[in-house]
Amino acid sequence: MNPVPAAPAAIARPTPQEFALSGAWTARGMGAIAVQLSSLATPAGEELIVDGARIEALDTAGAWVLQSLLQQLRMAGSAVELRDLRPEFAALLEAMQHEMGESERSLPPRAHAPSMLAALGRQVVAAAEQGLALLSFVGECALALRQCIAHPTRFRWRPILYNVRTAGFDALPIVGLLSFLLGVVVAYQGANQLRQYGANIFVADLVGLSMLREFAPLITAIIVAGRSGSAYAAQIGTMAVTEEIDAMRTLGIPPLEMLVFPKFFALLIALPLLTVFADVLGVFGGMFMAGPTLGVGLDDFLDRLVKAVSVTSYLIGVGKAPVFAAIIVVVGCFQGFRTHGGADSVGRQTTRSVVQSIFLVIVADALFSVAFSALDL
Amino acid sequence: MPSPRSSDESVIEISKVSTRFGDHVVHSELDLDVRRGEIFALIGGSGSGKSTLLREMILLQRPDSGSIRVLGVDLDKIADGDVDRDALALRQRWGVMFQHGGLFGSLTVHENIGLPLREHTELDDALIDEIAAWKLAMTGLAPEVGAQYPSELSGGMMKRASLARALALDPELLFLDEPTAGLDPESAGEVDRLVRKLRDRFGLTIVMITHDLDLLWQLADRVAVLGDGTVQGTGSMSELAQSDKPTIRKFFEGPRGRAAHAQDEQNGTASWKAK
Repeated sequence: MNPVPAAPAAIARPTPQEFALSGAWTARGMGAIAVQLSSLATPAGEELIVDGARIEALDTAGAWVLQSLLQQLRMAGSAVELRDLRPEFAALLEAMQHEMGESERSLPPRAHAPSMLAALGRQVVAAAEQGLALLSFVGECALALRQCIAHPTRFRWRPILYNVRTAGFDALPIVGLLSFLLGVVVAYQGANQLRQYGANIFVADLVGLSMLREFAPLITAIIVAGRSGSAYAAQIGTMAVTEEIDAMRTLGIPPLEMLVFPKFFALLIALPLLTVFADVLGVFGGMFMAGPTLGVGLDDFLDRLVKAVSVTSYLIGVGKAPVFAAIIVVVGCFQGFRTHGGADSVGRQTTRSVVQSIFLVIVADALFSVAFSALDL
Repeated sequence: MPSPRSSDESVIEISKVSTRFGDHVVHSELDLDVRRGEIFALIGGSGSGKSTLLREMILLQRPDSGSIRVLGVDLDKIADGDVDRDALALRQRWGVMFQHGGLFGSLTVHENIGLPLREHTELDDALIDEIAAWKLAMTGLAPEVGAQYPSELSGGMMKRASLARALALDPELLFLDEPTAGLDPESAGEVDRLVRKLRDRFGLTIVMITHDLDLLWQLADRVAVLGDGTVQGTGSMSELAQSDKPTIRKFFEGPRGRAAHAQDEQNGTASWKAK
């Protein structure tokens, strides 16, 4: 409690029977005392004197240590006399003794780390439990959706449009830029190989097919999962922590209808549109690169593109987008609703939502590839 | 019971403090004094600037003009910023219990209490654990609570854990923001006893914001009523109850004010006079 910095706490032994304490016995002054205490030889069965005259400051932490020291000496079977302690410090020590008598000295039980097998088991159970919960969330959504569709007046158009803007329109620059760059990269990487065979004009096939079928839908979904999926999880998670979700339920507003469906419908509209935009910019990027690296002019490129890319390829690409949209919304909202506890949990669930939705989007894309090749599309 | 160590030495001196948010005047030329060893309460209606004043006292906010001295240090002389040496030194001399606890959600209660000791002292971990466990026990929480996370605690436990953390570095001055808000009467009574114990045993000066009339009647040595940007009156509750200022009267009139007063007259006067 002394604002004036004093010398650190110390124990001196003028004679084997005497402990002379000095310095600031405070939380900040006792940095070195633990070492001194543990190396202290405690003579047994003698009459000891603890001299507190030179203690300059004492707080509860110091009183605690002093008390422990006295106890340690007494346990060793010695009679201990504490003397010359300043009256205010003696009062504090007495208050402490009073407190220690009232409350039991016990440390909280330490959690020990589980064995590797147990940890693995727990992880598997947790993953399975989460999978089941996700499935039941999808089921709940489907049931609520059926009801909602039966009563179209309950559609919330305003939040849908708002979400189309934030998840779709606002994402145009970043989606456009990245798919343009992707188109440039694809054309640039392909250029060397194509030039070796003199198949320069096929750069249109390469860029057109890869962008329209695979890259544009995938890059768009990944950007949206990172941009909007995380926002969904964070928003719903924060609402869960602040009891807003519970409030919504008690007011008779189904949270799914209020929070999930507008996002779902909005992304169902926005993601295919964004994909088309990404298609255009991606092909444009390839076209931009085809001139300087392969000498394929704009006219030649466009001529070839029309022949190379069928409407089916375009539709396959755009057709994947609604599936990706559903994955992003469901995973984002699901992780949001699973938030409980505090701010920490919101961050954790948000991270999870992004990782899982990107993972599931890529898995779904792989499944599409397998299915389409089986169907010869 | 040892007698309260109230003295004339001022721990907090506030003079001519003015605060504005845009056009809204929160404080205009406000003066206030808190003496060492007393339990001081700030009351006032919503928006009367109690919380702002508290935030100004603990260096979270600056008044537009006027001076605040806490523990003999002029807050105006202290540089802004969370890493300033003077500010750090001063902050270690007071403890704050926030209304919603302010416990760190990623740490257990035990770690929360030990954190100031770990950050600001060179004590070894075993000793810090012992001291933290003792502070936890002192606030009346079971040892098992230490291993729990703040989100698992009830409101009353949260307040006590927060108090235990505020006490970790043995502050001279303790700020309590609504110590009993949202607690059941029993938990509120325990907080009441705990605060009194801290003052009587360890000589802490306690400044609290509260609306709890029972707490005010039974615990506060002096009470300041804030209203219209200034202090409307300062004194013990019984002194304030005699006041005829309308801004003060409204705290004592109305059924709740009268009930708390009547209850205090019946069973609290003995202990009141004993002080």
